[in-house]
Amino acid sequence: MSLLDLFRKQPPSAPAARERLQILMAHERAGVRGPDYLPKLHKDLLRVCKKYMQISDDKVSVRVEELGNVSMLEVNIELPGGGAYAR
Amino acid sequence: MSKIIVMTSGKGGVGKTTSAASFAAGLALKGHKTVVVDFDVGLRNLDLVMGCERRVVFDFINVINGDARLKQALIRDKRVENLWILPTSQTRDKNALTKPGVERVLGALRQEFDFIICDSPAGIEKGALMALYFSDEAVIVTNPEISSVRDSDRILGVLASRSRRAELEMEPVKEHLLLTRYDLGRVETGEMLTVDDVMEILAIPLLGVVPESQSVLRASNLGSPVILDSASQPGQAYADAVGRFLGDSLEHRFLTAERRGIFQRLLRRSA
Ligand SMILES: Nc1ncnc2c1ncn2[C@@H]1O[C@H](COP(=O)(O)OP(=O)(O)OP(=O)(O)O)[C@@H](O)[C@H]1O
Ligand SMILES: [Mg+2]
Repeated sequence: MSLLDLFRKQPPSAPAARERLQILMAHERAGVRGPDYLPKLHKDLLRVCKKYMQISDDKVSVRVEELGNVSMLEVNIELPGGGAYAR
Repeated sequence: MSKIIVMTSGKGGVGKTTSAASFAAGLALKGHKTVVVDFDVGLRNLDLVMGCERRVVFDFINVINGDARLKQALIRDKRVENLWILPTSQTRDKNALTKPGVERVLGALRQEFDFIICDSPAGIEKGALMALYFSDEAVIVTNPEISSVRDSDRILGVLASRSRRAELEMEPVKEHLLLTRYDLGRVETGEMLTVDDVMEILAIPLLGVVPESQSVLRASNLGSPVILDSASQPGQAYADAVGRFLGDSLEHRFLTAERRGIFQRLLRRSA
């Protein structure tokens, strides 16, 4: 370490670590029981949707929900352009 | 009623073995008959930290395989009454620990001991799974560092889904957070996650915070659990953690650094 480094103040990095962890963990916790094919399924669904509408990737979500001893696949597709089937 | 407690973390090198040794010694010092069991097959270290490496004749695997009786493998600690060690073997065969074998040995230990402390290997694979599978309570050993926190979260997921208690839909394994290698200086300069950050992310009750300290290395050099060094900060922190585990309400210590002069700070940073 050079003498200069002693006086050069770097911004604290812990807040960044904290934020990254919170985001990552939200993802991992939700995906813990998700089957391996979820990312591929998501991609395929997007491709199909895009045949019929202009939609951005984040408007299609796929996740697995556990209810008692039943696993349900929840697919949410938010139509573009607001309410009343707007186009 | 005897209790099985696993020291687990996912990530390696965070202080599981150090904590298992001190925790077991602490419970024994409080008068509870305690055994600490090494589940880290192939990388056995607990005997070194406990200072009984030269007294190992038979081990956990020998007992599972029926080559030795449990009584022959258990080592009685020379310093602390009520404290015993069950060492593991240096075998490279990771399949040496079988579920029925482990269950049988733990069952026998339950007849004799109040507390059975399981020192888990790193990872979330078979070895770690075997160490946590039969546990009643889990101490999640975590460092204030991003990858350790993430791995702790994953091991919490494993406890909640793949432990025996989860599989049999019993009351879930009780979870405790033990934050170790807490470097106050670096926490205060914003380089390391704070205890509040970690607690907020993992959301499990805090058992204790063990500061980073040279006395841990010294204790393992001497083969004596750091809790026996009651003048040291880690020794006191582990004693507090054991007290809390047994139901005492003790305030957390060592959460703020003593003020250092600028001269000491410079010395420290260039060290
Ligand atoms: N509070 C502490 N202060 C300083 N050093 C520490 C502290 N706790 C543990 N260490 C050191 O960290 C290293 C790893 O500790 P330990 O062997 O207990 O970790 P572990 O989680 O059991 O590792 P593994 O995953 O390999 O089994 C050791 O060198 C130990 O001396
Ligand atoms: Mg270890």
